[in-house]
Amino acid sequence: MSNGLKVLTNGILKENPTFVLVLGMCPTLATTTSAINGMSMGLATMFVLICSNVVISLLKNLIPDKVRIPAFIVVIATFVTMVQLLMQAYLPAIYDVLGLFIPLIVVNCIVLGRAEAFAAKNSVGLSALDGIGMGLGFTLALTLLGAVRELLGTGACFGFHLFPDNYGALVFVLAPGAFIALAYLMVIINKLQNK
Amino acid sequence: MVNDNMKKLIVAPAPHAHSGDSVRRNMLLVILALLPAYVVSVIEFGVGALITAAISVCACVLTEWLISRFLLKEQRQTIGDLSAVLTGLLLAFNLPSSLDWWIVLIGAVVAIGVGKMTFGGLGQNPFNPALVGRVFLLISFPAQMTTWPVPQGFNTSYLDAETGATPLYYLKHIAKTGDTSFVDQLPALKDAFLGVMGGSLGEVCALALIIGGLFLICCRVITWHIPVSIIATVALFAWIGTPAGMEAGQYVAYELLSGGLMLGAFFMATDYVTSPMSAWGKIIFGIGIGFIMMVIRTWGAYPEGMSFAILIMNACVPLLNKIRPQRFGEPKKK
Repeated sequence: MSNGLKVLTNGILKENPTFVLVLGMCPTLATTTSAINGMSMGLATMFVLICSNVVISLLKNLIPDKVRIPAFIVVIATFVTMVQLLMQAYLPAIYDVLGLFIPLIVVNCIVLGRAEAFAAKNSVGLSALDGIGMGLGFTLALTLLGAVRELLGTGACFGFHLFPDNYGALVFVLAPGAFIALAYLMVIINKLQNK
Repeated sequence: MVNDNMKKLIVAPAPHAHSGDSVRRNMLLVILALLPAYVVSVIEFGVGALITAAISVCACVLTEWLISRFLLKEQRQTIGDLSAVLTGLLLAFNLPSSLDWWIVLIGAVVAIGVGKMTFGGLGQNPFNPALVGRVFLLISFPAQMTTWPVPQGFNTSYLDAETGATPLYYLKHIAKTGDTSFVDQLPALKDAFLGVMGGSLGEVCALALIIGGLFLICCRVITWHIPVSIIATVALFAWIGTPAGMEAGQYVAYELLSGGLMLGAFFMATDYVTSPMSAWGKIIFGIGIGFIMMVIRTWGAYPEGMSFAILIMNACVPLLNKIRPQRFGEPKKK
């Protein structure tokens, strides 16, 4: 299973969807205003990613090559609708915060990208591992970015106040801060990986 | 003053005399040109102006030294060219004099760290570092950054300054609601010209800033294109858009004399690194700044838009630098 382990860790470090592949920037920048929001978004995407990878891998010999993208989208949209309805029912608070970005997982580059680049060519087991790895990588990246922005912007981390929030630089909660924080995190992670 | 850097540049054969021009000399002249405005602000805002500028300058120089010494591990340090001192001074000029010390510190670290060193130091930064610092603070700490002390003679306490609204606040209110009762609240034009009004540390005294700007133009540190095109655009826009109930001349004068216009036009927009090189490029750059600033002043959420306008036009500089003089002997393009 060394191959499986490689597939699993590939998404977390070497091909991290956010910091290395730079895919799915829209939810990354928009939903990471706090650590908990980033983590929820990451987990929702991870669920869709694993399910769609498994199903597309199962169907890969049945789907004609010419219509594969619409077929992938139908599969992905099915799971996104499930996530959306489940979150609306059981996690209404987070659903309200993430809002539009939950249905937008359908057009997330990572989900479609992994379906096209991995699940359509590999076995079910490997596709599931790839979904877990990529999903974990995305979740970790979004949680880290959310935590940094929440800490610098409001002085809190996962809602726990480390210093009073009037010392926080509001810009990190707003859009420009998302770009600045993401850029510096990328710098640090690239530096650490190239060592 | 020829430093090591300049010695390396002299590669041409034939006898040449070096003009003595250097980064350090230019920075020193700009700092000299800023001094009259600084003296006025010390007289008006007192100790706060001294402390804010000192923190800002020291923090900028220290940040640049720390980054280049420990992060980049450079052999030769660049703080000697005075560019960090100038950035610190310009940042302080853009802050209210009663600002908490730790906010000034954050602004200085962001100005040098994010605005300048991230892009590769002096000459590589696409945006004016001092303005990056100021806008970062303005968005991050909107309440503290828009609490302006009113001038009250030499004030010996740092934080307990009396605060009040700036002329721009009244102007915006008049332009938005057409309520002319605020016209009386505006400072007299003479006071606005001499700088007896609320505002950022270094932006209040138009007279001192104009003297400094003319000094720089005479020393050929900057050219007239950018300041003149900014001021002309603002004057034209204000003249056309004069709200009912105010005289056009009066409104134009207040728009020109208040806020960061003079400071921005003479000292911030003309930064070598972040302004276009050709004469026409500079004029388009200035028109763009004047127009965007007036749009923000008239309809935007913030009372003052000078720093945003300069940063937005900074982003256009690579495009404006495509305007180049025709090469000798090159056939005319159709």
